[in-house]
Amino acid sequence: MNATKHTISILVNNQPGVLQRVASLFGRRGFNIESITVGKSEEEGLSRMIIVTIGDDQKLEQISKQLYKVIDVIKVIDISANPMVERELALIKVNAEPSIRPEIIGVVETFRATIVDIGPKSIMVQVVGDSDKVKAMVELLKPYGVIQLTRTGVAAMIRGV
Amino acid sequence: MSTLTLKATNKELYTKLMQPDVITGSEILLRSLLLEGVDCVFGYPGGAVLYIYDAIHGNPDFNHLLTRHEQGAIHAADGYARSTGKVGVCIATSGPGATNLVTGIATAYMDSVPLVIITGNVMSTAIGTDAFQEADITGITMPITKHSYLVRDVKDLSKIVHEAFHIASTGRKGPVLIDIPKDISAHKTEFNYDNQINIRGYNPTVLPNKLQVERLLKAIDEAKKPVILAGGGVVYAGAQEELLEFVSKTNIPTITTLLGIGGFPSSNDLWLGMPGMHGTYTANKALQSCDLLIGIGARFDDRVTMKVDGFAPNAKIAHIDVDPAEVGKVVETAIPCVGDVKKVLELVNQKAKAAQSEAWIQELQMMKKEFPLKYKDDNKHLKPQYVIEMIHKTTEGEAIVTTDVGQHQMWAAQYYKFNHPRSWITSGGLGTMGFGFPAAIGAQMGNPDRLVVSINGDGGMQMCAQELAICAIHNIPVKIVVINNQVLGMVRQWQEIIYDNRYSHIDLSGSPDFVKLAEAYGVKGLRATNKEEAQKAWQEAMDTPGPVLIDFIVEKHENVYPMVKQGSTIDEMLMGDS
Repeated sequence: MNATKHTISILVNNQPGVLQRVASLFGRRGFNIESITVGKSEEEGLSRMIIVTIGDDQKLEQISKQLYKVIDVIKVIDISANPMVERELALIKVNAEPSIRPEIIGVVETFRATIVDIGPKSIMVQVVGDSDKVKAMVELLKPYGVIQLTRTGVAAMIRGV
Repeated sequence: MSTLTLKATNKELYTKLMQPDVITGSEILLRSLLLEGVDCVFGYPGGAVLYIYDAIHGNPDFNHLLTRHEQGAIHAADGYARSTGKVGVCIATSGPGATNLVTGIATAYMDSVPLVIITGNVMSTAIGTDAFQEADITGITMPITKHSYLVRDVKDLSKIVHEAFHIASTGRKGPVLIDIPKDISAHKTEFNYDNQINIRGYNPTVLPNKLQVERLLKAIDEAKKPVILAGGGVVYAGAQEELLEFVSKTNIPTITTLLGIGGFPSSNDLWLGMPGMHGTYTANKALQSCDLLIGIGARFDDRVTMKVDGFAPNAKIAHIDVDPAEVGKVVETAIPCVGDVKKVLELVNQKAKAAQSEAWIQELQMMKKEFPLKYKDDNKHLKPQYVIEMIHKTTEGEAIVTTDVGQHQMWAAQYYKFNHPRSWITSGGLGTMGFGFPAAIGAQMGNPDRLVVSINGDGGMQMCAQELAICAIHNIPVKIVVINNQVLGMVRQWQEIIYDNRYSHIDLSGSPDFVKLAEAYGVKGLRATNKEEAQKAWQEAMDTPGPVLIDFIVEKHENVYPMVKQGSTIDEMLMGDS
């Protein structure tokens, strides 16, 4: 079976240590974590984690079953098995002498990204989109000299009701 | 939401405990434990649990046994739990007290033993400051507990204790840790023991998918060479009668794993023995030749499957287990039956019919006759297998036997024949040396009227030997057997067979005189170096009402056979020269 990328949504009790319980489970069972995000969910006291991982069907099944063994885990869904919306945010600070700025702004606008800060020698770009879009934006900005890069990891949701 | 009946059976005590008094966290803890039906706690005090021990002082209802090491306490709680089926409880202080429990927690986790472990911690205001004797024990033990709690408010304590017992003792059982900061054990609040349990993320599957049960029945109907692999889950679920009924109805030959021993009577003709690395010839051959393998409460450990790629190559695999994560974890499973083993077997038994397995049974019976467990006995040396056989014979197979880990453990598994569940107590998954003797103390506390025999090697005996003290002080009548070959036997065996006789650091010269060691603690000590002495010493031990240690000096070079080397399939067995 082929190892493919999966986006898993995990609803958890918002207890201290719950992130550690989930992350350490991935670590000790040899599951991969490409990205992990945690935040409040629509329900008071519950958080939602989105973990992007790589594995074949058998591994995915084990990940899901092992996650369910964690008492604070309430629901596990492989949302990449469904039509979904996946978003990531990145902030990219890039070298930008005034002379080169129009060129950079052109690239940024093409990607529907935004400039969120301008310094004497740099500008900060905010890009929101799926991971491929963020990756492409970073690649295009690299030639100008990326000073600092920060990415949030993936937030994702199944489309429709 | 489920309502559980509190387990305290004494009505007068129950009424007393349920008084709505304003009391300290420590008193809440004790009341809660008593309401859960706890009749014996193993522990070791220290700074962070002083309030708790202060509450224990003079409490006539609370039975606490002071071990000499926290490791002794948790293994004793483990032996108590395995032998009684109840939840074992131990208490330790913060920092080193708590970290001394780690091996015992991992042992219980690997073997699915229900424990509630109470640790103290530093004041909640000091947590995270590297305070004296502070350790993040919930963090340290996260991978080896079923669940854990750090109590942050005394008002939550009784609910947490109730939840902990529920989680430890339901579904796939396991250890649950409750870490209580010192100030929480001192704070006061009104005692209110609510017996409502509502844990949203925890709802173990009890009943299986009926379609899968039908598929299992059909597979049995179609099979020519079916075999059952019964594991510890049968014992833990209390499903031995259902398994016996299942086997009686279907005529399927049955193998019991190391932890499944006792889950099926060894006196039954259809029993093939233990599988795996030191399994019987017939059990291993049966696994390799079967066309239907029904795993019941067994997790296909690598000591059973050996080389997974070549394991049960012709078999359709069915797997009955309460833990869905075990299904398909190691071997591809055609028929998963997730649910409580007892309930699943009850359902299966309603429609189970005899399998077409006559020829298969004949074949296996021939094999059993041709390749029994055997060893070369002589009158010059005392053979360890002889000692085990002698113990089996004189106790008529009715003792509770605990073992440590190593060659003696395998010989005990091979040569002591069990017909009852919860009579065989051994560390399977983690293979913890030092486990056997304190576990025997726990087993004896839980079964005061039964004979408890603790079989140890000379290596493992030295890992928790200090617990001889509690045997002496409380006159706990465990019969402590040391199979003494003056060497780390199993390691020697591997170095001999796999590492070309390069014996590296296995010589246990310098071990204490075990007879004198026992006597130093006030336990009767005996020694035997040949068969005659062995019989005499054992008889004397049996005739002595209190604890006795018998040091059996056995043949040093004896090895455990059959043996399958790692990397081989389970039918590639070394049979030894016996």
